[in-house]
Amino acid sequence: MNSPAHDAPFQHAISRSIKTCGALFFSALLAACGPTEVTFHTADHYPERLSDWGLVSLDGQQLTVSDQALVYELNTALFSDYALKLRTLYLPEGTRADFDATSTFTLPVGSIISKTFIYPKNQTGALLTSSDWNGDPSAIQTNAFELMETRLMVKQASGWDALPYVWKGDDAYLSLTGTIRPMTLVDGKALNYLVPSKNQCASCHATNHTTGELLPIGLKARHLDRSTKVYNKNQLDHWAERGWLTQVSGEHTPNAVWGDTEQTLDHRARSYLDINCGHCHNAQGAADTSGLLLDYEDHPTSALGRCKPPIAAGRGSGGHLYSIVPGQAEDSILSFRLATNDPGMMMPELGRSLVHQEGLEIINQWINSMEGQCL
Amino acid sequence: MKKFILAVAATFVLGCAEPVPFEETFRAALESAQPGDVIEIPEGTFAFDRSLIMNTDGVTIRGQGMDKSVLSFKNQLAGAEGLSVSASDFTIEDLAIEDAIGDALKVNEGNNIVIRRIRTEWTNGPDVSNGAYGIYPVQTTNVLIEDNVAIAASDAGIYVGQSEQIIVRGNRAEYNVAGIEVENSIGADVYNNTAVANTGGILVFNMPGIPKRGYGTRVFDNDVNDNNTANFAAPGTAVSGVPAGSGIMVNSNDQVEIFNNRISGNNTANILISSYFSANYAGQREVAAEFDPYPEMIYIYNNDMTNAGTAPGIDYLVAVRDAVFGPDGAFPDIIWDGVIDPNKPADREVICVDNGESLLLNIDAINEFANPSLDMTSYQCSVEKLSPIELPAG
Repeated sequence: MNSPAHDAPFQHAISRSIKTCGALFFSALLAACGPTEVTFHTADHYPERLSDWGLVSLDGQQLTVSDQALVYELNTALFSDYALKLRTLYLPEGTRADFDATSTFTLPVGSIISKTFIYPKNQTGALLTSSDWNGDPSAIQTNAFELMETRLMVKQASGWDALPYVWKGDDAYLSLTGTIRPMTLVDGKALNYLVPSKNQCASCHATNHTTGELLPIGLKARHLDRSTKVYNKNQLDHWAERGWLTQVSGEHTPNAVWGDTEQTLDHRARSYLDINCGHCHNAQGAADTSGLLLDYEDHPTSALGRCKPPIAAGRGSGGHLYSIVPGQAEDSILSFRLATNDPGMMMPELGRSLVHQEGLEIINQWINSMEGQCL
Repeated sequence: MKKFILAVAATFVLGCAEPVPFEETFRAALESAQPGDVIEIPEGTFAFDRSLIMNTDGVTIRGQGMDKSVLSFKNQLAGAEGLSVSASDFTIEDLAIEDAIGDALKVNEGNNIVIRRIRTEWTNGPDVSNGAYGIYPVQTTNVLIEDNVAIAASDAGIYVGQSEQIIVRGNRAEYNVAGIEVENSIGADVYNNTAVANTGGILVFNMPGIPKRGYGTRVFDNDVNDNNTANFAAPGTAVSGVPAGSGIMVNSNDQVEIFNNRISGNNTANILISSYFSANYAGQREVAAEFDPYPEMIYIYNNDMTNAGTAPGIDYLVAVRDAVFGPDGAFPDIIWDGVIDPNKPADREVICVDNGESLLLNIDAINEFANPSLDMTSYQCSVEKLSPIELPAG
């Protein structure tokens, strides 16, 4: 039986290839001219071009964000090979998200979240690992920033879908199979920049691995509770004022900005682990098989890794006996796996190819500040 | 059954200047898979630098044979597995996964999993830098692993973790650290397998810190011979303490039946029974309160065992062998660390042996090997036999 519905994926895969071929001929001719209003697309009509969403697009050299969307930031964000990220949130007119003190906010159907990965670059076009970008999209011009990809999460009636768009020229193009790009940063760091495939999005975003439901990770009170320079107000208050969020209620503590030395080492380290690891290393996540739980919950120290033997880390153990040896980061599997960039041993498994030396330093300080001994 | 053929046809349909490599169409098929899809792999060797991921229920991935359709990850740049699957009603058969930088095939959660006639191999032979697991279903239920080949994994060739209702049959595991391992799993039949030239042939283990406590494994009709490869696991891992020359090893697991196997030429012992305390992680580890470190209800009978124990693979066992049998002597077929739960009910058996002339040496680990014993009296018992595992059809 060959119903059209079944053939659709095959044709889809083939048509993708044809479009890839076709793009070589036509991309030079077409300018990015998408809709001027945010346009929500249903699952059977996902557009090839990012601009067709009317959300994030290039106007000449200037990256523009629809004024129907808000830009937002997280207290501590996932390390992505030093890429900076522009995050936007769009909710349909007249709708709002449900505040939650601990879990991801529930957003209405028709919501769109975007995350554009960029690298600042210098006059010779070399990609930099730091900048003084204040988060404002108006600073993002293609002579000063390299656009890598824009990831969308779109809320359909059936749940969230994740769509990777890769920038090429004046628009970004849907790439369900993702891609990998060898690159070099200004200080000579060579990396393999990975745009995740659609299924790889689920590797992190299916935070309950049993149900497999995709969820945003950053839209939690503890990540969002901060003021930004873009709007000069607290994000949660701003969203509530705008009618995008139900009342902010329930006890929650904002995560630390990981580099903020005014916060305690423990709070900074736990915040860093929460956003870099907690999407898998939670009690229902893909890594619950390990028994190592690193999201920002009240876990017993053994589940956090103190004197905990590895289960199936293989050579990811680095020859060490325990996830965390108090006072001895150099003997701790947790530190080892953050300090390597061998794909067979590193953690996170997906999402970076470089070592985040600065974040690792915080984790090592945290482990070295712990007291006591393993047997 | 809907067919989905991705072979040479793709290149003709496209009419592009260049044919699309099969690697891309295969990845696209995995990304856009629908329930009921049968994704075919033609003959050939296909090279991938990123892991492959499939998350759709009801999919079959089928090659043309484990020596004909090869997925090679020799130059892998990203992703910790070769093929990572999070789905139920999944079948994979007739292909090979070579040289993954981490685990070759991982199936993470899922019910009704069939893995048959696939080969996972690290083609450079045993090496600590090889990926840890060849075939790795974890947190799965109703899983059939049959007629596969697993070679040179640096942890276990076939590793079933935290799963229930498992059949592992007709497989060949060679040159892995652990040939076949069942860990923290409930209800497994491991039979008609060949485990040869591993460090340890067949392992049944429990690890602490895992919600699922494993029990109820039958290991029978296997050929477990000459598992004397030096241990090349990463230090600190569970299997790094397996002495080279271990045939069938039980650690901290209960209700394990070992019968009708042909076990020979394993230089430490043909069968080893141990508690977590002997797991040899360079110093004893804390045992969490809820973990049961003591093996119990181990029933060993009717195995054909020869030629064991001539060269124990770990220093402290060499010392015990020397002390009891002299430096040219050999361990008997079975050795046990002798550690018994002080709170064990009196009527709960630890080990029962009904195996002709085979002897069991209690090495008396709890007393620093002070009084090893070959007294077989306490093993004259029986354990109620386990029922065969039945997997739902289809």
